[in-house]
Amino acid sequence: MADKKRLKDLTTWQKAYIPEIVKGLKLTLENMFKPKFTMKYPEEKFIPTGSYRGRPVLVQEESGDERCVACGLCSRVCPALAIEVQAGETDREKERYPEKFEINMIRCIFCGFCEEVCPEEAIVMSKDYELAFTNREDAIYGKEKLLVPVTQLQDRINFLRHYK
Amino acid sequence: MGIWEIIIFSLIKIIILVVVILLTVSYLVYFERRISAWAQNRLGPNRVGWEGVLQPFADVLKLLLKEDIVPNAANKPIHSIAPFLALFVAFSTYAVIPFGPNLRIFGYTIPLVVADVNIGVLYVLALTSLGVYAITFAGWSSGSKYSLFGGIRSSAQMISYEISMGFSIGGVLLLAQSLRPEDIIAAQSGWMWNAIIQPIGFITFVVSAFAETNRLPFDLPEAEPELVGGFHTEYSSMKFAGFFLAEYANMIIAAAMIVTLYLGGWQFPYLETFGLPYGLFVAISVLTFAIKLALLLFFFIWVRWSLPRFRYDQLMNLGWKVMFPLSLINIVWVAALIMIFKI
Repeated sequence: MADKKRLKDLTTWQKAYIPEIVKGLKLTLENMFKPKFTMKYPEEKFIPTGSYRGRPVLVQEESGDERCVACGLCSRVCPALAIEVQAGETDREKERYPEKFEINMIRCIFCGFCEEVCPEEAIVMSKDYELAFTNREDAIYGKEKLLVPVTQLQDRINFLRHYK
Repeated sequence: MGIWEIIIFSLIKIIILVVVILLTVSYLVYFERRISAWAQNRLGPNRVGWEGVLQPFADVLKLLLKEDIVPNAANKPIHSIAPFLALFVAFSTYAVIPFGPNLRIFGYTIPLVVADVNIGVLYVLALTSLGVYAITFAGWSSGSKYSLFGGIRSSAQMISYEISMGFSIGGVLLLAQSLRPEDIIAAQSGWMWNAIIQPIGFITFVVSAFAETNRLPFDLPEAEPELVGGFHTEYSSMKFAGFFLAEYANMIIAAAMIVTLYLGGWQFPYLETFGLPYGLFVAISVLTFAIKLALLLFFFIWVRWSLPRFRYDQLMNLGWKVMFPLSLINIVWVAALIMIFKI
């Protein structure tokens, strides 16, 4: 087999080793001066596109009402059992509203099922990804933290209308 | 100069040298991390202080606060001596490396070298060979098979590469006709650098220097994928830091030796013909030495992040079948040059 020329056999030039070392060194030197893609995080922040699934939030209409009708589908579909909804009666034509709407952010797995199942487009995933807590109580988000004006969520809503 | 003056000047030089070396070592570690990051399209440590310049001090503080673990199976006295031996060897070698011409100050003439001995090169060779003991002791006394393998590999590697190193120095000594580092530098005045006159010897010496300092592509004693941490697997806290420090200090010695033996030492080519005032001449010479050293250290780091590690048999093949004959050829080459040109 010794006389058979194989693809991995080196030429004399390659066996001299030093030219190949110089080639390798040139490659690393070039890479040293290439622009870096690393983001310097706390100063520079990542701005996600509409397809990003961040913290789930409730949509607040421009009039100040919430869209949610407290049907409880999101709470039903949630695989991590993170959502708790309690319905209350209203005198408006929408008959129910959520008296209590809580998402346990420690449990939430950002799967987006709640948003997918919602018939009213009332719960959507936002672009908010900076979620840190110092205790468990802080991690349970009530309505005051969940309601976000619809203007801030337009990216995600457009994405959902196009792809869902 | 009286005996007291010599002692005082030597002490001042030693203190300055040790401080400078410690600072260089810590920043070498910093630059190693930054350059490796740059070569891999990353940023590297840039958080502690401006662009991460205080990172080395944070690292040292962290290492100081770590628990010092000694394995039960270890031979305790030797286990604790080994890192200090490594450090001792690394630091005492600097004594004979001149970093500038004679300094004339307050009517004294001070040579910018701690010990101007006439067997300087021999002293360096002797001490660097002692460095193997540190690694072998560490490997053997840890009572761990990984460490032992690291130690054995290290001794085999160092012995084979020291031969080609010694023979490549032979060419330099033939030209300088002296073992005194000052004379070797003086023999390379102008562009008569040994790296230009005897390129083969230069290459073999640089390769052997890489092997001697256990740097990639020759870092088999601490090959992480096979040997966990090699000879320092069982070391922690400041003992580990000792090995770390010694490795980088050794790198500086190797670079300083290459500068002294092959790149004209502290000489800036033809600087003495410019007619500069003497103080400026000394300053530029010391700066030249520092710049040569810095470029070589960059080269060491650069090579580390470019080349893969040798397999063990390849390492031995290269050492005995390539480096050794090449260094012998170099001696013949230099001898022929001396015969022909009567240098």
